[in-house]
Amino acid sequence: MEPKTAIFYVLSAILVAASLRVITAKNPVHAVLFLVLGFFSAGGLWLTLQAEFLAIVLVVVYVGAVMVLFLFVVMMLHIDVERLREGFWSNLPVAIGVGLLMVFEMALVLTGRYFGADALPEPAAAAAGYSNTKEIGRVLFSDYVYPFELASVVLLVAIVAAVALTKRPGKDKKEQNVRKQTAVRSDERLRIVAMPSEKE
Amino acid sequence: MPSLSHYLVLAAILFAIGIVGIFLNRRNLIVLLMAIELMLLAVNTNFVAFSHYLGDINGQVFVFFILTVAAAESAIGLAILVILFRNLATIDVDDLDRLKG
Repeated sequence: MEPKTAIFYVLSAILVAASLRVITAKNPVHAVLFLVLGFFSAGGLWLTLQAEFLAIVLVVVYVGAVMVLFLFVVMMLHIDVERLREGFWSNLPVAIGVGLLMVFEMALVLTGRYFGADALPEPAAAAAGYSNTKEIGRVLFSDYVYPFELASVVLLVAIVAAVALTKRPGKDKKEQNVRKQTAVRSDERLRIVAMPSEKE
Repeated sequence: MPSLSHYLVLAAILFAIGIVGIFLNRRNLIVLLMAIELMLLAVNTNFVAFSHYLGDINGQVFVFFILTVAAAESAIGLAILVILFRNLATIDVDDLDRLKG
């Protein structure tokens, strides 16, 4: 067996096993840690596909930031796991049936002669000095510059939404009470004060 | 050499695991979010595999954008989860019936 094939099978086995543990682990913290393992193996698989930039992004951004965010939230919340796992075993037969059926259908199509995925040859090795990162950057900043800007807007919206959602009502919060504002009457705005007139 | 079919079947298995995870942990919102992450990973693996075997870099740019949107999605999802837990002291999906008329 070639080394690349062996690496593919080892990483795939780890990835599938970790994913199965993600959805079956009792403790959500364990589930997140198995998800980290799964993403790490997927990064290795992407390296075998010569997508170096994305593999590093997956490990640094996804494992380093998003999964740690998950871990923080899971650890912050005190969750009654037993109650949440009600229905786990009763759903298991249906879930396994649907999952196996999906994999079977996809394998039927993808490995058959009709799809012809095996007809695609292994692409020729890249020329010396070829940089995957440079190539992605070139495409990203020329053809995809407008979607790139839109992606930054999406991230900005996510930042603002996360801050706005989790802000607690307190003295630092400035907000308008729209109901009160629209229901206001003129005599509430104008206060007539009775006071003796001053003589000059 | 693993062929394109190997990667596509692996991605199909991952996607199916994500679906099964949604079936099994129907009540646990955190595991639901993680199952969605698994499905996105499967889709991204498909994109990277096709990009490699077709020699087209555009597929990898798509993965880049999917990663961006997925990061935003999980950030907002977790923010909603936190305020949900603060208000209801539960993340059970069955308890989220306030919009029920």
